[in-house]
Amino acid sequence: MININEVLETNKMIEQENLDVRTITLGISLLDCIDSDLERLKVKIYDKITGTAKDLVSVGKAIEEQYGIPIVNKRISVTPIALVGGAACRTPEDYVEIAKVLDRAAETVGVNFLGGFSALVSKGMTASDRLLMQAIPQALAQTGRVCSSVNVGSTKTGIDMDAVKMMGEIIKKTAELTKEEDSLGCAKLVIFCNAPDDNPFMAGAFHGVTEADAVINVGVSGPGVVKTALSKVRGENFEVLCETIKKTAFKVTRVGQLVAQEASRRLGIPFGIVDLSLAPTPAIGDSVADILQEIGVEYAGAPGTTAALALLNDQVKKGGVMASSYVGGLSGAFIPVSEDQGMIDAVKAGALTLEKLEAMTCVCSVGLDMIAVPGNTPASTLSGIIADEMAIGMVNQKTTAVRLIPVVGKGVGEMVEFGGLLGYAPVMPVNPYSCEAFVNRGGRIPAPIHSFKN
Amino acid sequence: MRKFIITVVGHDTVGIIAKVCTYLAENQVNILDISQTIVDGYFNMMMVVDAVKVTDVTKMSQELAGLGEEIGVVIHCQHEDIFNMMHRI
Repeated sequence: MININEVLETNKMIEQENLDVRTITLGISLLDCIDSDLERLKVKIYDKITGTAKDLVSVGKAIEEQYGIPIVNKRISVTPIALVGGAACRTPEDYVEIAKVLDRAAETVGVNFLGGFSALVSKGMTASDRLLMQAIPQALAQTGRVCSSVNVGSTKTGIDMDAVKMMGEIIKKTAELTKEEDSLGCAKLVIFCNAPDDNPFMAGAFHGVTEADAVINVGVSGPGVVKTALSKVRGENFEVLCETIKKTAFKVTRVGQLVAQEASRRLGIPFGIVDLSLAPTPAIGDSVADILQEIGVEYAGAPGTTAALALLNDQVKKGGVMASSYVGGLSGAFIPVSEDQGMIDAVKAGALTLEKLEAMTCVCSVGLDMIAVPGNTPASTLSGIIADEMAIGMVNQKTTAVRLIPVVGKGVGEMVEFGGLLGYAPVMPVNPYSCEAFVNRGGRIPAPIHSFKN
Repeated sequence: MRKFIITVVGHDTVGIIAKVCTYLAENQVNILDISQTIVDGYFNMMMVVDAVKVTDVTKMSQELAGLGEEIGVVIHCQHEDIFNMMHRI
């Protein structure tokens, strides 16, 4: 039988170390909504989402009560809209109409974000993909809950550089249209390489075409729990360090597994995956950078940071995989800047640069995430940064992503406030030299060779 | 059997166990096990209970939390599965 110390340990994790389930994300396929008439399509999409997700929020709350574990977000992901809207949408404005329907559906069921205003263009763009991508700035400016993502590359197909070029311009336009709110629209837009079909985390969640009609995916969290566990083994060797991370990750992930199974049972919707992630928030004590410091670097970004992050990421996976029957999504440590107090402090101290962050993304689960850059950064430079990050994902057979916010009217060192879970960040400097000639070449970067690994 | 774990944490005072047990008895909740310890001067108690006769567990959790406020301690009531999952393979 469970003993009192185990009970107290669990409750201390929840109450003092910010252990929570970050999100229950309900993936919904909209493929059966496809219609050539825009009005009919809008009605079908709204009905499918509000019908499938009607109990999502109430079930989430009931599970919170039953286990005494906070479930911070209840969210929805849908089939990439470029696939759903192709038959009905003739202009970007038609796609903006669909974004508004998604926003309304999200509001009706009470979720804070809905992901899937997306296009998958890793090898090429259809006319429908182009229209959706052109609609992204308006869609993000005119809605509050809709999140957008575009997959522009993969290990199997290479990188679609035409799409990369376009996305640099789209980020700039989105920043401009949402300049009143520190270019907040860009915080809801992710550019991916090797995007997973079952990611429960925003802003990059979408419901892939390989998925069932509806599925429950859960994202766990718990940087504070790992940090506290590591503070008890200061000065010990790497073996002890790694074992401690693994054991803690196991415990954190088990909670996610429990919540996922229970949500699946209560909603009558199959369980998809648990995403074993260390997802930070701006709250004190909920930071991945603090873990890196606890491992032994003075600030995130100091020499040794990449190795520390590689170790952390790997041990989280090793501990988490055994705790869950199905693992997927992004699984690993997230290193967003604005959403992590320790990262913000590291940038302010001058310890963490964009280039170091890029190196760190080679060994962690996502990419350049929630980074504020000067508003006058050229679109071609944004495209160059995207291309670099996509190349890392393509060559290393991993997911990489870019979520940059060129904050209109702000320069290096100024603070940007996004609010809530999105946090705040100092504007970081960008390499001033041009890559315009590179970006303007057009076409594709071929897929890498899968042999002769060096 | 529908097992829940009730935890009571706070400053030690007269009658904590009595008040919690009275509430449980009045609501047909059977106590299976009680353990108690003092950690850093704080009173820590854990009860394993069977709430099979309780129809609204959420209401019971809220009422226990309210009772805790009256006594000046924090009372949680959680389904045992969260602890089993985390601490047992």
